[in-house]
Amino acid sequence: MAITLNHYLVLSAALFTIGLYGALAKRNAVTILMCLELMFNAANIAFVALTRAVAPQVLTGQVFALFVITVAAAEVAVGLAIVLAVYRQRRTIDATEIDLLKW
Amino acid sequence: MDLTPILPEISLVGLAILVIILDLFIRRKETLLFVSVAGLIVPALLTTTLIGRTGSYLFDTVILDPYATFFKFVFLVAAALVLLASADYVDRFRLYDGEYYALILLSAAGMMLMASTRELISIYIALELATIPLAVLAGLQKDARAGEAALKYLLLAGLSSAFLLYGMAILFGLTGTTDLVGIGRGLPEAAGINRGALAMALVLLVAGLGFKISAVPFQFWAPDVYEGAPTPVTAYLSVASKMAGFALVLRFFTTAFATAAIDWPLIFAVLSVLSMTLGNIVAFVQTNIKRLLAYSSIAAAGYIMIGLASGTDLGASGLIFFLLSYAFTNLGAFIAVIAISEQIGSDDIADYAGLARRAPLLAFALTFCLVSLLGIPPTAGFAAKFYLFAGAVQQGLLWLAVIGVINSAISAYYYIKVVRAMYLLEPKTPAPVKISAPVALALFASAAGVLLVFIFAWPIIGLTEAASRSLFVR
Repeated sequence: MAITLNHYLVLSAALFTIGLYGALAKRNAVTILMCLELMFNAANIAFVALTRAVAPQVLTGQVFALFVITVAAAEVAVGLAIVLAVYRQRRTIDATEIDLLKW
Repeated sequence: MDLTPILPEISLVGLAILVIILDLFIRRKETLLFVSVAGLIVPALLTTTLIGRTGSYLFDTVILDPYATFFKFVFLVAAALVLLASADYVDRFRLYDGEYYALILLSAAGMMLMASTRELISIYIALELATIPLAVLAGLQKDARAGEAALKYLLLAGLSSAFLLYGMAILFGLTGTTDLVGIGRGLPEAAGINRGALAMALVLLVAGLGFKISAVPFQFWAPDVYEGAPTPVTAYLSVASKMAGFALVLRFFTTAFATAAIDWPLIFAVLSVLSMTLGNIVAFVQTNIKRLLAYSSIAAAGYIMIGLASGTDLGASGLIFFLLSYAFTNLGAFIAVIAISEQIGSDDIADYAGLARRAPLLAFALTFCLVSLLGIPPTAGFAAKFYLFAGAVQQGLLWLAVIGVINSAISAYYYIKVVRAMYLLEPKTPAPVKISAPVALALFASAAGVLLVFIFAWPIIGLTEAASRSLFVR
């Protein structure tokens, strides 16, 4: 069986959904960051697969994926630093317990 | 390769690096503030040289037009005012004041790029360049609330960029290009083949960008982050970051979806009603001034989206004018709050009691800005609301304008509550509230801006019309 564009897109959509579920349902801040990574990478798979399907000569989608990887790394670096800072102050990274600010 | 179109941004990043390096050697911290604010003259002058130039540069990633130039100036002014207003506040960051100034400048560079690009990769990079420094800034103060604010901001910013990216991926898949103009050309055909995918992309893009402009239902982060973050950062978030979001949204949708047979203005009309109404109603019960201003800024996002709901250049012009007036007004209000809270050590509206006797000028400045937020003459807020609502009526959106006016009337209650506390209630202590020179300068500049935008409304509307027309030129 040949792997077609549809297979890649289904994989990408599935990853995105899993990531979204995790980002909304998980309580550990680091797990949420990992789920965000899943969503970014779902978009990357879509970009790379779609480039091959719709614009194989220009490669812009693949370049986009490279940029996304770089920026996501920066975002996670900042995210982990903030998680660490929060842990030092509160001794927890459970998102449901980080609730000083509401309504 | 001609780099002149992005020289303002390059010089701004250079200034940020210079400030970080100087921070290592300079003992007197006031010097750093002076360098950061005075250094902004360089990007401002470089932007001045770009006035009148139009076109597409650097492989179509950077756009120069009156729209981009207008926003570049506004972001520079906003950054300068926020820097000045931080003069006393930075003491709380102990060793990190150099980084604080630098991050504000870096974020401003990202915002300037957001207003001057129409290519998906550049949009994403510019957006993240503006957003990531803001997350760091929100958590720079060492207390549990600031940490929580930073975490919430970063996680939700990440979630919204994931939505945005996926929407961009679908747009790219439909049209095979990352250039918004090319996408605009390709979408009518793509919509005929796969309308579901186009609708999906639209929803994802609105969700991703709705976060930046804190439109309901993507506003959950705003009150928490506004309350927890250092107040100058809150001012920056609520003014510059929101303006950059709107600058991007306006260019994105009017360019990419200009010819698509899909009713995107209607989405913004609905979001506008939701944001105005929810923002104003929840603001009623707030006791913390920063949370009150957060909900007021969610309501403002609702008013601003009225300009998007018509999808024409008249609506866009109203939107840009409103952003300008909102920038001065909200900055003024926040700077007054910074000055007051620094002295009385509280953000509770109850502690503002009798402030008119302890600090007559501060209380008057805050009142003036709240009056402008409410939209009563002689303030910028009045001119902006009048122009925006009149434009909406002209576009046949009478129902939206009526909801906007009703909401403005409702909002009077909570603005006047603050004014009443300051003027009619007895102060708890008679101690006068002092204000330092840089903060006073920033406050004076913002209040003067509020008044001047009202007085010179006509010439400024000429500018915003030129800016909005340049969006619709193909």
